[in-house]
Amino acid sequence: MSIEVKNISKSFGSFKALDNVNLNLPSGELIALLGPSGCGKTTLLRIIAGLEFADEGSIILSGEDASEKHVRDRHVGFVFQHYALFRHLSVFENVAFGLRVKPKPQRPPEKEIRERVHRLLNLVQLDWVADRRPSQLSGGQRQRIALARALAVEPQVLLLDEPFGALDAKVRKELRRWLRRLHDELHISSVFVTHDQEEALEVADSIVLMNKGRIEQIGSPHQIYNEPATSFAYSFIGNVNEFRGRVEGGYVRIGNDLLPHGRSDLSEGSSVIAYARPHDTEIVKGETGEGVSAKVNRILASGAVTRVELIANGDAREGKKDYFEVEVTPDDLAALSLSTGESVRIRSRRLSLFGDN
Amino acid sequence: MAHASTRRVLPGFGLSLGYTLIYLSLIVLIPLSSVFFLSAGMGWDRFIDAATAPRVVASYQLSFGASLLAAAINVVFGLILAWVLVRYTFPGKKIVDALVDLPFALPTAVAGISLTAIYAKNGWVGQFFEPFGIQIAFTPIGILIALVFIGLPFIVRTVQPIIEDLDVEFEEAAASLGATRLQTFRRVVFPTLLPALLTGFALAFARAVGEYGSVIFIAGNIPFVSEITPLMIITKLEQYDYEGAAAVAAVMLLVSFALLLIINGLQAWTTRRAGREG
Repeated sequence: MSIEVKNISKSFGSFKALDNVNLNLPSGELIALLGPSGCGKTTLLRIIAGLEFADEGSIILSGEDASEKHVRDRHVGFVFQHYALFRHLSVFENVAFGLRVKPKPQRPPEKEIRERVHRLLNLVQLDWVADRRPSQLSGGQRQRIALARALAVEPQVLLLDEPFGALDAKVRKELRRWLRRLHDELHISSVFVTHDQEEALEVADSIVLMNKGRIEQIGSPHQIYNEPATSFAYSFIGNVNEFRGRVEGGYVRIGNDLLPHGRSDLSEGSSVIAYARPHDTEIVKGETGEGVSAKVNRILASGAVTRVELIANGDAREGKKDYFEVEVTPDDLAALSLSTGESVRIRSRRLSLFGDN
Repeated sequence: MAHASTRRVLPGFGLSLGYTLIYLSLIVLIPLSSVFFLSAGMGWDRFIDAATAPRVVASYQLSFGASLLAAAINVVFGLILAWVLVRYTFPGKKIVDALVDLPFALPTAVAGISLTAIYAKNGWVGQFFEPFGIQIAFTPIGILIALVFIGLPFIVRTVQPIIEDLDVEFEEAAASLGATRLQTFRRVVFPTLLPALLTGFALAFARAVGEYGSVIFIAGNIPFVSEITPLMIITKLEQYDYEGAAAVAAVMLLVSFALLLIINGLQAWTTRRAGREG
């Protein structure tokens, strides 16, 4: 089922949670709503579900305006961060809940309910806990049961609110892979909310990046990571080195340092923020010349690449200690023969510039 | 070590249990047992005579019947009141919240006198029922109203914290699965609140059975119609019939204890079912 979000705005008191959001989510994809806390992603998900109502705008599900529909009638499955399993019911009865509350004419007979619940429990690989209470399950198991419960009513769209937020790192990684597999099996349109960029990049078909109630960028994980459209997108996704300065010819002037930018469309003297990924940043020996002056702070030589942490020498950001990170291959590291405390210069082969307002 | 299996990280079990037993004995068990000693002195035949006189039996029915009914009424309206106090904000909420406790604080005689004044034939409320031939004061209905009045805080105060704990997410989950508001209440909210409702019911019931002050003014105390058991005991005491009073009191104690035991058992059972442990 396709989801269309049209001009949605929502305020809580004077706080604008969503500011004229437009979104078109195609059918059958697994989509991540990604952003820092307070960016409005959960509010947007709840408005799509019908658990919250927008001040303005409309929600169109499968081409039909659902803005005024109650959550009961929207045929969405909703999975909560803290599972919200019914404590007084067994796992089996939790999953059967949606079938048992159907109006009499649509309610399947008891035998069919049993079959369907067991099929779902097998799908989430937890048929063996059917008779237990939710309190006897681990967090990961509870979330899988919550998912089975949401799928029982055969929703047209599955909405997940920080589904792995309350789980520890290892279980989280496992469940991520498992959710991806489940989605490939069922092909049900799914939207999940997360503040974890790694989770979004790893699991989703496409990512909707949000900030302060607005959409910053929509794209595939590859696009979001490699072609950030805005300054926020750049700084939120992945590790990044940030430089603030003014355009001066072919350089960005940062304090006493000059960083070459290789662009021709910048107006002289304008304030800019420049970003470079750690693997696009290089270290140059010597205290003078192009690049930003920095001191080697730590050399972290674990893994395939060595990460070098540096502290800015100049007042790169007015008195605030500025850390940079550079990824170096073992060969380059040997050629550089760096030592802790040594002053070097860093510059980038691929610098991305945004106007600084 | 012989006691290795019973060693605890936090000591104090022996001391606190001993204290509990002594305290319970001094304050509750010994005074109550004197009721049985007193009535034991009168012999079985006289005990049965005193405890099962028709007028006394009528008072048992009224006392226990009205108390159970009052507690049941309070479960319904106390739950609604507690729900409104937790879930909604409205002007004057703090004042309403404080008003709930008033029946606790008021001397019961004051409650009895004011209820009688209001529900009497010519009272503020009573006058509207008079034309329909319904008399409230000086009838069992009046007793019921007094018992509802004094029992209300018990339900509200036991259910309120449980409703505060009840996350809205459970209701949202039920709604997203297609449940109507009524189904959500019946299948999700009510089972969660049931143990607390039963506790409140037991407390309100116990209080109502023992209530004297507020009931005595509004009851009218007509034999076989509106005499409560505590009044029968007082009447016997005023006639220096201590043994007869003890016999009635003994029956009352046993029935109350049995009923409370049943309610507490139910409460424990529903708590287990509500999945609150572990």
